[in-house]
Amino acid sequence: MKSESAPTRERPIIPASNPGRIGESRPRADGVPKVKGEFEYSSDLWMDGMLWGATLRSPHPHANIWSIDATEAEGMPGVHAVLTHEDVPGRKVYGMEVPDQPVLAWEHVRYEGEPIAIVAADHPETARRALEKIAVDYEVLDPVTDPEEALKEDTPKLHLSGNVLKEVHIKHGDVNATAEVVVSGEYEIGMQDQAFLGPESGMAVPDGRGGVDLYISTQWLHIDRDQIAESLDLPPEDVRLTLSGVGGAFGGREDLSMQLHSCMLALDTGRPVKMMYNREESFYGHVHRHPCKMEYEHGADKEGNLVYVNARLVFDGGAYASSSNAVCLNAGTFACGPYNVPNAKIDSFMLYTNNPPCGAMRGFGAVQVCFAHETQMDKLAKELGMNPLELRIKNAMKPGDKFPFGQTVPEPAPVAEILERVKNMPMPEEEEIMGRDLRRLPGGVSNVTHGEGVKRGVGYAVGYKNIGFSAGFDDYSTASITLSVEDGEPLIRVHTAAAEVGQGGITLQAQISRTELGVEKVAVLPADTRIGSAGSTSASRQSYVTGGAVKMACEAVKEKVFEKVREEFGENGELSMEDGGVSAGDRRIVSLADLLDGDEIEETVVYRHKPTYPLDENGQGDAHFQFAFAAHRAVVEVDEELGLVRVVEIATAQDVGKVMNPQSLEGQIQGGVAQGLGLALLEEIQMKDGKVQNASFTDYLLPTIFDMPPVRMEVLELADPDAPYGLKGVGEPPTISSTPAIVAALRDATGRELNRVPVKPERLAGIEEEPVRRAPQPGSCGPVAERSES
Amino acid sequence: MKLNCKINGEFREAEGVWEGESLLYVLRERLDLPGSKNACEQGECGSCSVYMDGTLVCSCLVLAGQAEGRDIVTVEGLADEDELHPVQESFVEAGAVQCGFCTPGLIVATHDLLERNAEPSDAEIREALAGNLCRCTGYEKILDAVKLAAGKNGKGAS
Ligand code: FES
Ligand code: FES
Repeated sequence: MKSESAPTRERPIIPASNPGRIGESRPRADGVPKVKGEFEYSSDLWMDGMLWGATLRSPHPHANIWSIDATEAEGMPGVHAVLTHEDVPGRKVYGMEVPDQPVLAWEHVRYEGEPIAIVAADHPETARRALEKIAVDYEVLDPVTDPEEALKEDTPKLHLSGNVLKEVHIKHGDVNATAEVVVSGEYEIGMQDQAFLGPESGMAVPDGRGGVDLYISTQWLHIDRDQIAESLDLPPEDVRLTLSGVGGAFGGREDLSMQLHSCMLALDTGRPVKMMYNREESFYGHVHRHPCKMEYEHGADKEGNLVYVNARLVFDGGAYASSSNAVCLNAGTFACGPYNVPNAKIDSFMLYTNNPPCGAMRGFGAVQVCFAHETQMDKLAKELGMNPLELRIKNAMKPGDKFPFGQTVPEPAPVAEILERVKNMPMPEEEEIMGRDLRRLPGGVSNVTHGEGVKRGVGYAVGYKNIGFSAGFDDYSTASITLSVEDGEPLIRVHTAAAEVGQGGITLQAQISRTELGVEKVAVLPADTRIGSAGSTSASRQSYVTGGAVKMACEAVKEKVFEKVREEFGENGELSMEDGGVSAGDRRIVSLADLLDGDEIEETVVYRHKPTYPLDENGQGDAHFQFAFAAHRAVVEVDEELGLVRVVEIATAQDVGKVMNPQSLEGQIQGGVAQGLGLALLEEIQMKDGKVQNASFTDYLLPTIFDMPPVRMEVLELADPDAPYGLKGVGEPPTISSTPAIVAALRDATGRELNRVPVKPERLAGIEEEPVRRAPQPGSCGPVAERSES
Repeated sequence: MKLNCKINGEFREAEGVWEGESLLYVLRERLDLPGSKNACEQGECGSCSVYMDGTLVCSCLVLAGQAEGRDIVTVEGLADEDELHPVQESFVEAGAVQCGFCTPGLIVATHDLLERNAEPSDAEIREALAGNLCRCTGYEKILDAVKLAAGKNGKGAS
């Protein structure tokens, strides 16, 4: 496996570090190159003789393509290749779950921004100008932009399989149950963007023998490799991927973006080809968080015990499948929240539309339903005259209860406990509003009042989600550990294909190795496809699954070391590895330098967590293998007149099983909360007739350092008996219930019903109507210009 | 066109520059200084922050031609090869770096803040760094890092 051809480009090596043991905070190994500006991201790649790739994208969300004429573009000086669907050597479609997305469109385009042709040129500007010279003859069609519309019988079918991409129906207990107290509501989530800062980018280098090396930002090297090989019609070993520096991911790098295109251009031109999206293109170049409309009905008895939950969820999957199947499943299974619900009927629909394809983003499926079920719990508490926290604690699920999808709630499931924790955490100090430093008012310096209209509010929410890939997926990871002695010092080399996307996975792998083998120096090799798959860096799974693989590989190496010691020293008792040597109890037997005597020990293992199973036709089954829980309390200040918000503090309690690295854990929690805050208050890709209205950081608003409050946190370490070290995935839970907690606090402050996120200032200020739109005036643009387009 | 300027203390020349290129592009693609990042290329994220004649600017908003004859300092120029500036050190220690794409811009912006204000308050830090987006950290450890650097009296090579 390791004797493949030499790579076409030298791989950056992250220096060996002194990582510390699990449970310790140590600076990350890539920290120094990152602060010095020396860390090589995929957008920094550069090679002599390289060309720049660029992509022609559809300006229409729905159209037929009658012809594509690239003659003029091909003839431009500096242009080396113009490729279309005709040049895709293998499978013309790709996709992680369902291969339904054209590598380059032919006949139809189904969303605005769909790639149609690609160009390689000697300067990015030459490439962009060549795109303008490609003539595409479109017949513009009406887009299907509303998922409810897509569901109707007489709506045009966007794919041969119809417009319903997936449906999940869960029937639990008595689906006709009735109750004394009933509340219902309709909720909506806007389309959020991952907005990772490092643009989609990478470089493909032809190897001169028909194969290609790709240096790339991704979340999962092997699924990229397999899709690329399939469409290039190459054996997988001729497509070699190496992870380049990744500038954040959050789900948005699970699908292919420029990977295949750059490989096609490199193979066609025989030159290295770099592709890099700019921010606007990035908004079109990756999937987003699914917008969703949710209808809920909760029934309870007079004491506040939940009797039933009915929910109907309608997701906008956009033009292609991406990971929509898994989102639809997750949303269905988590629709009731972490409560003991005896009866439930959940219908979860995923529709194809002509909106941008939606897929993975941190907490997918769980984020959407959490906003709805938590709002419902607050409504129910109000109806019952109960404290919303007490209502939650009363109904909190416990180990041994049944999830609505039939699985038994495993140990540990500390839902009541994390709620008690956020209840008992000290409140932030109340600061006098009038006369405050403007920067500490809602809206900061753009607040034009003195704070007369500012009200404070407090809100709570709790959520949960599965860790890892579910429903029967073979979710494994591969790790190789090599133990050697270099310059008289023992060294561990760790090799996996796990993508480090910023979360700190490489530090964790080093810490595990150091802990298991008692060796201080650890080098984590660049992730690539020379080793078997590590699975995706998503679903909060890498600490568990690749962490598990690294631990298991270390144990295999350790066993080899012990065998050698038993053979050579006739030891039969219990052995341990510590301080670069082997001991029996307190008695040092031999140092690794002496024991290995120039040899190395290498072990490669594949690690699997316990199996999961698909749901049956009633939505029942042991679908998930681990669950992670977090609760949030938000304190906000709202300027009711201006609709401006300041989040004063977020408090959270989360069960993490085992704290592996306190500093990176805190970073995950703080960063996850920031994305939850963004969804609550700011972030939405605004769509109009299938077109994105705000593809820039000027118009798509991300939380800044001004918007983010301090996060007060308590972590619980209740070990999961099945997991390595008892750990639980930690990346997603912070994003799930922070959003509804903030919105609950806004409701508490304003008394308004807020059923849609992000909550816009208009809503908070009580401007319910859309701003008045004047009829188009002669000479104005807008509708007139649009008419001439079609 | 040809561009001459001083970068990190050295006179540099770039040939064949197209007039539409930004200073950021020239640094990254022509002068082998990819430390300044390109997260938005429209002045919204601060990842491309550099000093131009001592003033903090978004290099994506500076046309290459505007840098002619100017004195540019990038993240690569804040400390000698094997050294870390106290600001850089603090970002590593405080855990203010995850993916790190925002980091070079934040380092330069923090360097600039501490040059002007050795002991900034919370509100002043937030105000000074409000133009630097970070998608990973939630900013809390960035605040910690700035305070840590201020504590180390974050001055030195500049
Ligand atoms: S790249 Fe210059 S401000 Fe974003
Ligand atoms: S660390 Fe990733 S954007 Fe700041």
